[in-house]
Amino acid sequence: MATAAKGVVLLDFWVSPFGQRCRIALAEKGVEYEYKEENLWDKSPLLLKANPVHKKIPVLIHEGNPICESLVIVQYIDEVWSNNPLLPSDPYERAQARFWADFVDKKIYECGTRLWKLKGEAQEEARKDMIEILKLLEGELGDKKYFGGETFGFVDVAFVPFSAWFYSYETCGNFSVEKECPKLVAWAKRCMERESVSKSLHDPHKVHEFVGHLKKMYGVE
Amino acid sequence: MAEAEVKLLGTWSSPFVLRIKWALKLKGVEYDFIEEDLQNKSPLLLKYNPVHKKVPVLVHDGKSIAESYVILEYIDETWKENPILPEDPYQRAMARFWSKFGDEKFLPSMWKFFISQGEKREEALVSASENLKILEGELKGKKFFNGETLGFADISLGWIVDTVSLLEEIMELKMIDEQRYPSLSAWMKNFSDFPGIKDSFPPQERMLTKYRTLREAYFATTRGTN
Repeated sequence: MATAAKGVVLLDFWVSPFGQRCRIALAEKGVEYEYKEENLWDKSPLLLKANPVHKKIPVLIHEGNPICESLVIVQYIDEVWSNNPLLPSDPYERAQARFWADFVDKKIYECGTRLWKLKGEAQEEARKDMIEILKLLEGELGDKKYFGGETFGFVDVAFVPFSAWFYSYETCGNFSVEKECPKLVAWAKRCMERESVSKSLHDPHKVHEFVGHLKKMYGVE
Repeated sequence: MAEAEVKLLGTWSSPFVLRIKWALKLKGVEYDFIEEDLQNKSPLLLKYNPVHKKVPVLVHDGKSIAESYVILEYIDETWKENPILPEDPYQRAMARFWSKFGDEKFLPSMWKFFISQGEKREEALVSASENLKILEGELKGKKFFNGETLGFADISLGWIVDTVSLLEEIMELKMIDEQRYPSLSAWMKNFSDFPGIKDSFPPQERMLTKYRTLREAYFATTRGTN
């Protein structure tokens, strides 16, 4: 079977928030691409060839060139397809967007993992940390429509996939995101009105079901 | 006297601060360096980086930027001479990818090796060596990670040049030898010889003492455990 030298392919995993960032960015730009679902417990030769260093998804393959790491991919997409820019044009504003996307990267997934994996005091600490992280993000959002201001931007793309995990975080951590961070919940709803987001994210109950599978795998509970 | 429009908050030994010094030097940007005491953080640091409270922080015309990669990209976009990132989007993605690899994979594996003992040390050495092989593979045939001239990935990985040599001296073990890592060895020399790079290296004797002390402290806390 001949593989297309040109064209766009995304190697991904259905529930991955990192993969969803790429799907959202491609959709915002109106780029047609081939979606390839990977089985993370049985990685394809294509994935291992495209990302030999990390062997992880997402990987964007464009004109035969693989690009790895979700925020590197999103920036690449933004630079190649210049319509509907995700990053602002001012260098300081761009720096702020990169900073907050990096903040999401460093904090949310790791803390979320602790929330479902751990019990007792460690889980309680994860809960406190998650609330603090979400409040910081809410502070940055303020009364803006999006993190990008009036336009949906880089930080929105970086963070919105995790909104599908709020229900799971709440359930594992026994807290309410709406109660702690109402502006974030409102922001997530606004983002879901965008087709790029609603078509990329999964139902929070499905996500929580997936977390249930992970818990079984790791012998939690 | 007019206040400098560019300030860099940092510490004398931080490899993350060092990469900013290199970038500013390459661009010919004058700045005030403010030495921070991380055990006793200044009101200035807390004001300019309230989220992470870490260095480096760049302050330009009163506005602060934190996180070393974010700062590097800001510097490249604000001062256009001697571009650090290439123009081609794919090459830019590669530069960003290898910088992340250096910080998220190689640096922790190197550090783990440095502070481990016994069985854990053996495991850590395997991991660090694997990462070195990956870097060697990426560099093969090139003078710099960026190609013919020094760029974003080189600046991000540049901490390897002075820090790994220090760790090697303390551990009495050569990690990046010419035989196994010819491209990396050549790159270390090319990078070091590039104008402006070496003068920014922190004082080596002071670094040796600092890392020796750190290592001993780690060994002391794990003594009796493996």
